[in-house]
Amino acid sequence: MARKIRVLVAKPGLDGHDRGARVIARGLRDAGMEVVYTGLHQTPEQIVEAAIQEDVDVVGLSILSGAHMTLIPKVTELLRENGAGDIIVIGGGTIPEADVKALKEGGWAAELFTPGTPLETIVEWIYEHVKVD
Amino acid sequence: MLDVNKLIQGDRRTAAKIITLIENDGEGKQELLSRIYPHTGRAHVIGVTGSPGAGKSSLTDELIKQARRHNFKVGVIAVDPTSPISGGALLGDRIRMQEHALDKGVFIRSMGTRGCLGGLARATKDVVKVLDAYGCQVIIIETVGVGQSELDIMHYADTTLVVLTPGAGDHIQTIKAGIMEIADIFIINKSDLGNTKRIVTDIEQMLDMSPRYKSSWRPPVIETSTVTKDGIENLWSLIRRHFESTRSSGELRETVRNRVCMELMEMVEDELRRHLWGYLNQNGSLNGLLDDLADRKADPYTESRKLVERFLNIKNKH
Ligand code: B12
Ligand SMILES: Nc1nc2c(ncn2[C@@H]2O[C@H](COP(=O)(O)OP(=O)(O)O)[C@@H](O)[C@H]2O)c(=O)[nH]1
Ligand SMILES: [Mg+2]
Repeated sequence: MARKIRVLVAKPGLDGHDRGARVIARGLRDAGMEVVYTGLHQTPEQIVEAAIQEDVDVVGLSILSGAHMTLIPKVTELLRENGAGDIIVIGGGTIPEADVKALKEGGWAAELFTPGTPLETIVEWIYEHVKVD
Repeated sequence: MLDVNKLIQGDRRTAAKIITLIENDGEGKQELLSRIYPHTGRAHVIGVTGSPGAGKSSLTDELIKQARRHNFKVGVIAVDPTSPISGGALLGDRIRMQEHALDKGVFIRSMGTRGCLGGLARATKDVVKVLDAYGCQVIIIETVGVGQSELDIMHYADTTLVVLTPGAGDHIQTIKAGIMEIADIFIINKSDLGNTKRIVTDIEQMLDMSPRYKSSWRPPVIETSTVTKDGIENLWSLIRRHFESTRSSGELRETVRNRVCMELMEMVEDELRRHLWGYLNQNGSLNGLLDDLADRKADPYTESRKLVERFLNIKNKH
């Protein structure tokens, strides 16, 4: 049995826009990954705990509420605090260019995908960045 | 790197990593499991099966609550289907259990079936052992809920729950063959939605005619609703009563013996197959025979017996 890439797709905060998260979850499944979807309204603590128990390679956060500058760093910080800093954090949603830059340069997210990004780009990025030994 | 002691002390990252290694059939799996094995055999394993949408995940969530109220440490294995085309899987059962995410007494793991037809991932029975050694006193397995071979669950669970819904009553004859025989408890869920009388009577009648229940435990048929919470406490106490009752009657012991017997034979067969092929096909020595079989100059019925005899002879000389 081969190793499978496992991804947690999560919606932190009060944001109810789940279309993007569902599209991504289905897309990654169709690209051969195991995708754990935890549903709406998750706290960063819940997301981190699920990521640890599910032993995912990647946490993918979908945020269209504008709260990305607090939520994404919080998740990354909690992962590190729990000794799970090796889990890759990526995200998507309506995140302005300047914030994308700040979050990546601050080391809070490995990559962020804004509206209109083709699914293939995201799939390719994950296959490139997760070590499948 | 993966430390069984840390698992036993309840380190959740270690538990999660060990489960991944088992799922991936990774290096050192056998040694790891053999070290884990002595620390298992304590948990009450509950299987939840039934069609997709019947309410298995919602009921599992309720059972977690009940078990936590009684201070049991709980493990959950939620299995969803792996797409045979892409090999990927969408694991969504956790959505209904996320309120327990922060409870350190609850460990939830989602799994894809990864090409295993039985409705349970091949690794499930080994993951049960990991959670058992991790200290879970109650382990709940939620199955995929499709296919005849769903029946697998009865081999791993001490108590098997079959979840049906009122609507199913109209099709009682079409319910999967076999599924009626594996239940230790029948649950008619979504009792808030409609008339449950018909399906309850149907099942009771089937039980009256069934030969299996000469044993001490006749499967109760109960109604639940995860919306109104009706019947949930009753369900929990029945689950525990089934465990106690089968334990004191010796039936549980028998189940466990059958389980380990099956498991042992599976492992023996795997091991034999590996050795056998290595011995018989050294340097491609079977190539000639394969041609003869294809050309119908030899027949596999005779040849297979000869090969096994040869193998046993080699083994005896050693
Ligand atoms: C559809 C929509 C809705 C629908 C949502 C339906 C649903 N269940 O999802 C409805 C009508 C319910 C809705 C409501 C609201 N909405 Co609205 N909505 C939109 C809209 C038009 C499109 C969003 C969408 O579904 N896009 C399609 C999906 C596929 O794209 P996506 O999510 O962006 O995902 C892509 C990428 O971002 C990325 N991605 C996204 N997530 C992830 C995750 C991972 C892991 C990865 C790798 C990639 C990734 O990949 C995807 C593919 O490229 C946007 C405008 C816009 N242009 O985005 C506004 C928008 C998001 N909404 C907005 C607002 C304000 C609201 C409301 C507050 C309006 C109100 N006052 O009531 C409410 C709040 C709802 C709530 N409870 O949170 C604002 C948000 C502003 C902000 N960020 O500050 C937006 C931007 C509109 C605007 N220009 O003002 N909305
Ligand atoms: N009305 C009602 N809906 C329920 C009940 N239990 C579950 N559901 C709903 O049925 C759907 C499927 O539930 P889920 O637990 O995911 O089913 P599963 O596929 O068997 O795991 C969800 O929309 C639930 O909210 C119930 O007791 N009553
Ligand atoms: Mg389910």
